[in-house]
Amino acid sequence: MQSKKIDINLKIWRQENPDAQGSFQEYSLTGISTAMSFLEMLDVLNEKLTLEGGEPVAFDHDCREGICGMCGAVVNGQPHGPEPGTTLCQLHMRHFKDGDHLVIEPFRARAFRIEKDLVVDRSSLDEIIQAGGYVSVNTGGAPDANTIPIPQQTAEQAMDAAACIGCGACVAACPNASAMLFVSAKVSQLALLPQGHPERKERALNMVGKMDELGFGNCSNERECEAACPKGISIRHIARLNREFIKAALFSE
Amino acid sequence: MKLDAKIPDGPLAEKWDKHRFASKLVNPANKRKYHIIVVGSGLAGASAAATLAELGYNVQVFTIQDSPRRAHSIAAQGGINAAKNYQNDGDSVFRLFYDTIKGGDFRAREANVYRLAQLSNNIIDQCVAQGVPFAREYGGSLANRSFGGAQVSRTFYARGQTGQQLLLGAYSALMRQVHLGKVTIHARQEMMDLVVEAGKAKGIVTRDMRTGAIASHAAHAVVLATGGYGNVYFLSTNAMASNVTAAWRAHKKGAFFANPCFVQIHPTCIPVHGDYQSKLTLMSESLRNDGRVWVPKKAGDKRPPTQIPEAERDYYLETKYPGFGNLVPRDVASRNAKEVCDSSRGVGETGLAVYLDFAEAIKRDGTETILRKYGNLFQMYEKITDQDPVKQPMMIYPAVHYTMGGLWVDYNLMSTIPGLFVLGEANFSDHGANRLGASALMQGLADGYFILPNTIGAYLSGCAPGVPDRSARVFAETEKDAEALITRLLAVKGKRTTDDIHKELGKLLWDHCGMARDRSGLQKALARIPQMREEFWNNVLIPGTGQQLNQSLERAGRLADFLEFAELMVADALDRQESCGCHLREESQTEENEAKRDDEKYAYVAAWEYQGAGKTAVLHKESLTFEYVTPSQRSYK
Repeated sequence: MQSKKIDINLKIWRQENPDAQGSFQEYSLTGISTAMSFLEMLDVLNEKLTLEGGEPVAFDHDCREGICGMCGAVVNGQPHGPEPGTTLCQLHMRHFKDGDHLVIEPFRARAFRIEKDLVVDRSSLDEIIQAGGYVSVNTGGAPDANTIPIPQQTAEQAMDAAACIGCGACVAACPNASAMLFVSAKVSQLALLPQGHPERKERALNMVGKMDELGFGNCSNERECEAACPKGISIRHIARLNREFIKAALFSE
Repeated sequence: MKLDAKIPDGPLAEKWDKHRFASKLVNPANKRKYHIIVVGSGLAGASAAATLAELGYNVQVFTIQDSPRRAHSIAAQGGINAAKNYQNDGDSVFRLFYDTIKGGDFRAREANVYRLAQLSNNIIDQCVAQGVPFAREYGGSLANRSFGGAQVSRTFYARGQTGQQLLLGAYSALMRQVHLGKVTIHARQEMMDLVVEAGKAKGIVTRDMRTGAIASHAAHAVVLATGGYGNVYFLSTNAMASNVTAAWRAHKKGAFFANPCFVQIHPTCIPVHGDYQSKLTLMSESLRNDGRVWVPKKAGDKRPPTQIPEAERDYYLETKYPGFGNLVPRDVASRNAKEVCDSSRGVGETGLAVYLDFAEAIKRDGTETILRKYGNLFQMYEKITDQDPVKQPMMIYPAVHYTMGGLWVDYNLMSTIPGLFVLGEANFSDHGANRLGASALMQGLADGYFILPNTIGAYLSGCAPGVPDRSARVFAETEKDAEALITRLLAVKGKRTTDDIHKELGKLLWDHCGMARDRSGLQKALARIPQMREEFWNNVLIPGTGQQLNQSLERAGRLADFLEFAELMVADALDRQESCGCHLREESQTEENEAKRDDEKYAYVAAWEYQGAGKTAVLHKESLTFEYVTPSQRSYK
């Protein structure tokens, strides 16, 4: 498809720092190529603002190929924008029409502090992993990699869960700002693989406990997280997390 | 100064074992009295930091991203090599060693590459133990795929996300050490400078990217694992924040920079679509197994591909290299694509692309089979370009992908500054003049999990234990320099944005210091770079202040370093008057116009010593000798 040029009206959340009062500011862009990515459109806006003596919009981004999990904003109410299974950096302007109005705001949650404009602090997700999202094995002395056979289907299911990029869209999408999909992806991966079994009880309890402590909400089966997830992580993993959690809570020593 | 690579004596296969025995150690109870700074949290940095902490050292990790898990290692798609020989197809440590050193066109050290091949197997064991979900066979054993440059199947993978899974493995080990109190993470901190006191690395100065606060951090040793410099070209497959700053500032403090001109240009990337383009996306090379590369025979032919009859198509790789056809190595494929585009036969809106056509494969094997093999890649391509490769040929073009050059290190991974260690893509590495597919992940993890933790002790055992002190005047002075740099950048208040100048630099380097180079082009670039630097320092426009989150300021600081580094890169390319690995030097070709290496004159590592601003760096040569392999000339005809 040949690319076209379109005009776009933007309403973007601007906030100087974590303590400042934020507000929406309006901008309009003309002649945006539909072959551009959404972030390239923001680049164009920022170059324009810079040359006009204004201050560019701060936004997080890095790999721009949908894997680092750094980018993300809510576009017209949807984390990562309207295309399913797509990070903001992989969203292209051809999905918008000439004259469209786009409201862009940061991922909002009590556990995500706004640093500036669209940039949020997601270190709370690191803290959840620190609570148990690992196998406690030191470097060196691991047995030969083929010692424990793992059925292909199990490995594939574990990989489905492990595909999480930690972007936080699930939290932003959830009316309770719950991190259940994120937690369940890690718990699920390590519950499926034999390497994760020795610590599976503590892992489920500690990671959920940490999530609660950090101010994330609980799951009330809204399924918004699954719809927003750019990697298609299924809420079946939340079901597995619930089973892991209940088993651990009932039978832990 | 004479370069001493500290290669251990003895037979190749025993060097690493003997070296570990001969090295001094820090006793277990004393390790907690040593402090180590690790800059960068990719495969090399995260694996090193986690392993050092497991050993008992106190580790501080610095990353420019919001979390250590964002590092660009995460974007590696294909896989990781190891000499397990699980397929029983004739692989061995020696064969992996041989393939790697040959792939690097005989410009790497035998001892280092052999050690890398030995450790490759431990990496796979370690990653599986961590819960990395590698692809499996139905029987439950690990699956392998084959990759370019090898005749055995030795690549382990996790779908097209191997880098992500390996990085998350290292990241989880790191998070465990944070939980245990042995590692502190400093996120959104940029290293501004290395602190060197009495000739030794003693710490770093950082800028908090949220508040602009400049601070010093002291340690017994500093480890740089800050990745490659591909973004000097502006457009590359690297992440947007990948930069040369930490390595370059260490270079200015005395660390030699080795082989900066060795840059890998990957043939199968999605072409540039406009001036606003911010980065390039790699498509896995495996596509060339079934795709046929072609352009129209007639220059300027603008008909859609389906309307160009067979007889008017030029399948130039198949014609020119009947033996290997579309599967020629990366450098040959890239160079030929550029050649046909330079002769106005390129396709697409910009004319900077060639077709990669699956029509014949689909006719032969059926759409279903081809989609099973490449479905996810076709999907990725369609997402970006809005074109379906089943219905019309893909368009591809080469892009900068990986940099083999980096800070010079000895066998212990220590740079020419005692106490400064360099890991992963940031060092000049074991890949010589060209890296084989699926070898970057292997090197990053070998450096971090297994090499550094075994070699750093010998250096630390010579340092006094205890809490490192940052009261020395040199810390305050280095902080002042960092502040002065920020002030100077903000004071320019010119008319051009950082990206605008960066794009100009990138184009200059792509044109004159890319896949094919010649003396006059390189000299032209060498004359132009100082002018661009001057333009930058007189005319860059950076909005905002230094005391806030200011992404424009961050980019400008990195470009300032790229503008200095670029000159060294071009100077190195000018010095190397041979075609080698990734590059064709126009003056050095065979009668058949193929790359001609010159072992007599250029079998060395070029290590450059900084001489001060505006002065020409001094070249030191570490000569490469080959006892176990015989350098041969590549031929793909």
